Amino acid sequence: MFSGWLTTVVFLPLVGALLIALFIRRDRDVRNFAATVSVVEFVLTIIVFSLYDKSQPGVQLIDKFENWIPVASFRVEYFLGVDGLSAPLVLLTGLLGMCAVFASWNIKLRVKEYFVWLLVLQTAVTGVFASLDFILFFIFWELELIPMYLLISIWGSGRKEYSAMKFLIFTVSGSAFMLVGILVLFFSTGTFNIVELPQAIDKARLLLPAGAIFALLFIAFAIKLPVWPVHTWLPDAHTDAPTAVSIMLAGVLLKMGSYGMIRMSVTMFPRLTTEFSWLLAALAVVNVLYGAAITLRQSDLKRLIAYSSISHMGYVLLGISSVGAGVGAISPVGLTGASLQMFTHGTITGLLFLLVGLVYDKTHTRYIPDLGGLAARMPIIASVFVLAGLASLGLPSLSGFVSELMVFLGTFPVWGWATALAAFGIVITAGYILWMLQRTFLGPSRERFAHVGDASLIEALPAAALVISIVVIGIYPAFLTDVFGAGVNAILSSRF
Amino acid sequence: MQIPELAAWFIFLLPLGSFLVIIFIIRPFFNQHSKAAGYVTILAIAAALVLSAWALQSTLGHDDPIGWEPHSWLNLGDLPLRLGILMDPLTSIMVVVVSGVSLMVQIYSLGYMRGDSGYDRYFAYMSLFTASMLGLVMASNIVQLYVFWELVGLCSYLLIGFWYHRPAAAAAAKKAFIVTRLGDFGFLLAILYLFFNAGTFTSQTPPLNPLEISDIYQAAKLGILGSGVVTWLAIGIFAGAVGKSGQFPLHTWLPDAMEGPTPVSALIHAATMVAAGVFLVARFFPLFVESPTAMNTVALIGGFTAVFAASMGLVMNDIKRVLAYSTISQLGYMMLALGIGAYGAAIFHLFTHAFFKALLFMGAGSVNHASGTFDMRYMGGLRKHMPWTYATFLIAGLSLAGIFPMAGFWSKDEILLEALNKGGVVSSIVFWLALIGVFMTAFYIFRALFMTFESEFRGGAEAESKGHGEAHPVHLRESPAVMVLPMVILGAASLGGGFLANPTTALGIIPIHWISNHLSAETVEFHAPAFNIGLAILSSLVAVAGIGLAYLMYHARRVSAENMARRFRPAYTLLSKKYYFDEAYEDFLTTRIFYRMISGILDWWDRAVVDGLVDGVGWFGRNTGRALALLQTGQVQSYGAGISIGILIILGVYFIWG
Repeated sequence: MFSGWLTTVVFLPLVGALLIALFIRRDRDVRNFAATVSVVEFVLTIIVFSLYDKSQPGVQLIDKFENWIPVASFRVEYFLGVDGLSAPLVLLTGLLGMCAVFASWNIKLRVKEYFVWLLVLQTAVTGVFASLDFILFFIFWELELIPMYLLISIWGSGRKEYSAMKFLIFTVSGSAFMLVGILVLFFSTGTFNIVELPQAIDKARLLLPAGAIFALLFIAFAIKLPVWPVHTWLPDAHTDAPTAVSIMLAGVLLKMGSYGMIRMSVTMFPRLTTEFSWLLAALAVVNVLYGAAITLRQSDLKRLIAYSSISHMGYVLLGISSVGAGVGAISPVGLTGASLQMFTHGTITGLLFLLVGLVYDKTHTRYIPDLGGLAARMPIIASVFVLAGLASLGLPSLSGFVSELMVFLGTFPVWGWATALAAFGIVITAGYILWMLQRTFLGPSRERFAHVGDASLIEALPAAALVISIVVIGIYPAFLTDVFGAGVNAILSSRF
Repeated sequence: MQIPELAAWFIFLLPLGSFLVIIFIIRPFFNQHSKAAGYVTILAIAAALVLSAWALQSTLGHDDPIGWEPHSWLNLGDLPLRLGILMDPLTSIMVVVVSGVSLMVQIYSLGYMRGDSGYDRYFAYMSLFTASMLGLVMASNIVQLYVFWELVGLCSYLLIGFWYHRPAAAAAAKKAFIVTRLGDFGFLLAILYLFFNAGTFTSQTPPLNPLEISDIYQAAKLGILGSGVVTWLAIGIFAGAVGKSGQFPLHTWLPDAMEGPTPVSALIHAATMVAAGVFLVARFFPLFVESPTAMNTVALIGGFTAVFAASMGLVMNDIKRVLAYSTISQLGYMMLALGIGAYGAAIFHLFTHAFFKALLFMGAGSVNHASGTFDMRYMGGLRKHMPWTYATFLIAGLSLAGIFPMAGFWSKDEILLEALNKGGVVSSIVFWLALIGVFMTAFYIFRALFMTFESEFRGGAEAESKGHGEAHPVHLRESPAVMVLPMVILGAASLGGGFLANPTTALGIIPIHWISNHLSAETVEFHAPAFNIGLAILSSLVAVAGIGLAYLMYHARRVSAENMARRFRPAYTLLSKKYYFDEAYEDFLTTRIFYRMISGILDWWDRAVVDGLVDGVGWFGRNTGRALALLQTGQVQSYGAGISIGILIILGVYFIWG
């Protein structure tokens, strides 16, 4: 089976990167070509998303070579496909990948290399979401590290080498656990096929206790999500990364962790997930409240958004913990909400990082006490920033509200107190978002920023794309929730 | 002819459309000072008012809501979340009040906001505000209601912080949003708790939907929810109402909210934001009546707030602050009425209050236009210069004080009467609280009236700034007709809105107790009480006493206000410091406890301990490597020695233990 769509979507950015590396010299041409590739890629992801038929069960748009690595005892398949869970995430990657390229317009240093790595990064992330072979998944998972490390350590700011190395070591440590888990699963079941693995695990005699394998995989995903207490790479990496990389990092890379949790942990080990869901709920509450409380203290705009990501990714974890209701009793609302939260957090936080980048470009500072009164100087950036902030604090009619509401509705019946505590996060979020907006944009305009301009057209384009997605999902969420719901229902009906 | 569903949707869509037109067409493409924004808004809201009247007419004589099928929006598992319009008597009255008062405010704003650099932005927000409030009162689903509930909060944030370059405005806007969100948190938990009990709803035949308001009524009526469940639901919903309606203990945001333009205050305090809280309790009244605990909570919080807020209104010098505390206090009356089951009286008071409170704020704005200040200590003598403003302010003040035959007299009297008739401890407590409140209300509003309009002018903004800083220019004359006209209309409503809308005897074409009887629906059945002349005289005497004291102190000056303040220094300080609630909340709870302690310790913990551990692991790895690297000398001799010693040790171990 080979429909070709996903192969194209996954490898187009890589091909683009190769072409840039080999043939294109001038910076202007590099930029234009990268932009073209990313727009085409975005259009392709839209097509993939719309080709996915939510009324049909199972994975679709399959690209498969059964004997990709044809060693009899180690049969690795080239197997791409999407279901209701991954199709929207592929779309998200296309959207944010495009925004990242446009957000890099002002990069002056080693332009060619920069765009090459940015495009490679996009291939890696898309590959993670589209892979249905565990080794292929792992390859893409690891591939993402190389461009990330280089992008942060070369084009970053502040303690960029430290942050890049910290990010790398954290992720690689997780990957080591995951690789062991993958290999144990393979030698127990004889397959890397993610679609077949769940049933195969049920039947197989596992070489390690199931709980150990579950833990090995969970640690890798928890680091990526990130779950407290393995979260401290995130504020550093986000703060020191260039704008576009922060967008990709917060927008899609964190989702690799939560996607892995649902795709692997929940689907392959439903009973264990149910058994340990109290722990997930507890960690989620810590993520939400601890993250929010610390966010309040941040005086660097980027660091503030980074910590808010920890808080908001806690809602994803909380939604996943709704499987604690136990076999047969699980409502799909919590998991659907968690999946939607991945998407909405991706667009909202992506937009926030984009805007922080713009503010920094214009004012040359991200230190909040130095800012203030910018609304008069940059009305467009300020308006969009306010909108993004409101979306982040879960204002109805914007997308964040729907996903948070679904997470709460789905998890409250299972973990009432944990959900109630986590829901208090909406009050603290309102606090730090509005206070940040007040200190940055409101108040009297300052002499120092008298000559600061507003966003240019090329800067406003990616912001507009994200705003549209945030508003559209907020007003008509069903077009995503129905797709996510199809994916979640398939998991729940076959596994729980 | 009954209003079709599409037309009812347009009640909400028209102001929303006006918002979109201003944001996407007028703002980018027209001159900043283009009058178009104002006209578009007024046109849209006027049309919405016409449609609202049609909706009201359609519900007359019907006990049950117009049966429109809701529309699918989002699937929550097997449970559809559907959007629709619940057009019942309560909603039909609310849409008319909201669009009517909003229309008056918009017309007034044409004059008040003329020349402001944010003219079009102002009208865009006002359109959205009106649209959100109309959407709120028409929602047929509790989640839909919550959506608009939050949007109303957003609009008040945007409008309170309209002059965002002023730090006080930016702070007040933030405060309003966060304090009300504390209440919204309770409302959200109530929604979650409803959903938690979804099984109880869906197991009925025919199955009920726990999120649809009419099904919640049904469930409450059938008594399928346990009493504990109903109580918690009602308390959660009431928490939301406490936040929005500025009830104790979440009242602190409302007085600060006057940092916004004055017409915004008129809208917030009369028909939109704060009325939403009372509406919310009224909307879920069938649920509340099933829980005596919840009802008593509502009554006592309302009764306490009525007196508590009025007491602070006694000493404020800023005219808008007096009015703000007055609003909190009056909303307390509505809440206490709901709490004792006087549903009709509460909504009737909401109805009359909307007119006279909007008018009072317009009066304050008009006075500010002339004097440049809101501080009554620098006003005085404005009656001669502003006869229309004075006359309408007087009518509204009399109405607020509850003087016959003003609108406020009838509605307030009905609340007192219901409290008296009800019997029981809670009703007696709130009756006496309400009566004390009547005295305070009459006093503070006539204190404001005398300080503003009587005796001699005390210099306005120029005196206030005492020469330093550029003062708002003082030009003592009546406001333009475009501002006076809506004041006159509202003045007429404040005068006649009581006995014409809810007469105690049939008046020709107007049936007896028109509003009350219209509101009495299938879901909330009640009968308006018969007029009680004794109580009416008592409450009037109390009100007149309040006015008399204000007259003696601030007009005739027989009693010196300064001496009073000096003699009761501790009480005066306590009141003028607003019982230190701002300090307790902002300086102590938020800054000291939450920001410095909790947040600060966690922030330190995260950097020093959690991340320190990570760096520690890194340090350990690096230094272990460095230490081991010392062994790698590159000298073959030392490697050879190492290997030899190693082999000897292994052999030794092998021979001894092997």
